[in-house]
Amino acid sequence: MSAFVALFARELKLAARAKTEWLMPPLFFVIVVTLFGFGVRPNDPQLAAFAPAILWVGALLAALLSLERLYRSDQEDGTLEQLLVSDTSLTFAVFVKSLAHWLLSGLPLVLLAAPLASMLGLPSAQFAPLVLGLALGTPCLSFIGGFVAALTVGLPRGGALLPVLVLPLIVPVVIFGAGAVRAAGQGLDAGAPLYFLAAILMFTLTVLPWLAAAALRNAFE
Amino acid sequence: MNWTWFHRLASPPSFFRFAQRLAPWLGGLGLLLLVACWFGGLVLAPADYQQKDAFRIIYVHVPAAAVSLTLYVAMAVCGAITLIWRMKLAECVLIAIAPVGASFTALALITGMLWGKPMWGAYWVWDARLTAELVLLFLYLGVVGLNGAFDDARAAARACGLLAIVGAVNVPIVHFSVDWWNSLHQGATILKFGKPNISADMAWPLYCGLLGTYLWCAAAVLRRTQNELLLRERGTRWVRELGTELDGAADVS
Amino acid sequence: MSAEFWGMGGYAVYVWGSFGAALVIYLWNVVAPHRRRRAILNRIAEAQGEE
Repeated sequence: MSAFVALFARELKLAARAKTEWLMPPLFFVIVVTLFGFGVRPNDPQLAAFAPAILWVGALLAALLSLERLYRSDQEDGTLEQLLVSDTSLTFAVFVKSLAHWLLSGLPLVLLAAPLASMLGLPSAQFAPLVLGLALGTPCLSFIGGFVAALTVGLPRGGALLPVLVLPLIVPVVIFGAGAVRAAGQGLDAGAPLYFLAAILMFTLTVLPWLAAAALRNAFE
Repeated sequence: MNWTWFHRLASPPSFFRFAQRLAPWLGGLGLLLLVACWFGGLVLAPADYQQKDAFRIIYVHVPAAAVSLTLYVAMAVCGAITLIWRMKLAECVLIAIAPVGASFTALALITGMLWGKPMWGAYWVWDARLTAELVLLFLYLGVVGLNGAFDDARAAARACGLLAIVGAVNVPIVHFSVDWWNSLHQGATILKFGKPNISADMAWPLYCGLLGTYLWCAAAVLRRTQNELLLRERGTRWVRELGTELDGAADVS
Repeated sequence: MSAEFWGMGGYAVYVWGSFGAALVIYLWNVVAPHRRRRAILNRIAEAQGEE
């Protein structure tokens, strides 16, 4: 338990020192969504129809922003090697890092979703599936993205490769997330897509940190 | 059980020679079957009642789609073997499969679009099967890209193995999507439980095409595996000796 | 080969387009590994020449 607290606290402390880095994702989210608003004529009903997709893709892009740096600074200053040789399970350390990433880059997006959705003209009935979906989906983004970051850590062109590799893995999350909002909009039950999201989340929380740890070890051999 | 033959086969020079002998046969037999398929499909098979002559696209679309899924599963299995047993040959096969799988996934998508336009009126719909197949293409290309980003071949193969395994969840989605969700795409005709619902004179070219394409891909994967082995082992004696031997021979492939 | 065959009941573009694409892919899977083999062997020969 103390290892969890220590690693988690470290992540938060580092983030606090580099505040601008961690403010980027929420800011980017706001900017992207606002740009869509500027792109259409005033009070365009199409905007509300596209709002689920805009919000989900915006959240995805925003979360991607900070993923590349997830392991890079640790790799550069040697912390990653220390984690590899330490007694603490690497899987556990990966879990903590991804969780911290979500807290800093994912959770703010969930909180911003409702205000941004109303800005796009999304009917308030669809807010709940949107926020709930993002609450389930953004951790998936963090953990899947964390896995890909571990896969590409230290590669010279890894930064460009990261979004390309994340995309196919994240597609089901975006489909179900946006699908839940659309279902609510059509008066259908949004439960099914949300349950799928929860299932994906369970899978990513349990299996991916272990695979990501294997990927990190691979980077050091 | 005596596993000596397996260990012997897995050694790079032995596998290279094995592949060198086997690949032409697989390719040759595959070619015969594919010619039979295309002739049977284009000339002999009667036009479909509903789709008329457009249904003939099935003879290129279905083999390509089937192979795209099977190759991915094989790639993921090689990935698991790579990670668990660190078998060099599995690493080479894993890397070899990716471009072959990507090309046939692309073919499945292209032929699917060309079939969809006259039949459904649209080149593309975002339904489960098509989207999942597109995701499969991105996964294959991701493996190719990831492999190219590493300097060390062994680390590259292990990373690709991990990626392949994580992406493997997509394969059942592609296959079962037409059953799980309301899909524009036709349901399973042959690869399902029970009697296939396609007439015999249309079916036999399809079976030829399926088997022929599998053999064709097997030959391509063997060739690419050989290439991987040559590249990795380029400093060793067997490769250097092979280099002069192959250069001297009339047909190098 | 009658005009009917090439016309494919009006679906010529789609059917022949598909088979054409298939031909390209099937051939690519023979040609590309072969060319790569040549490139690798040349590279090895060059490296040997330098020794």
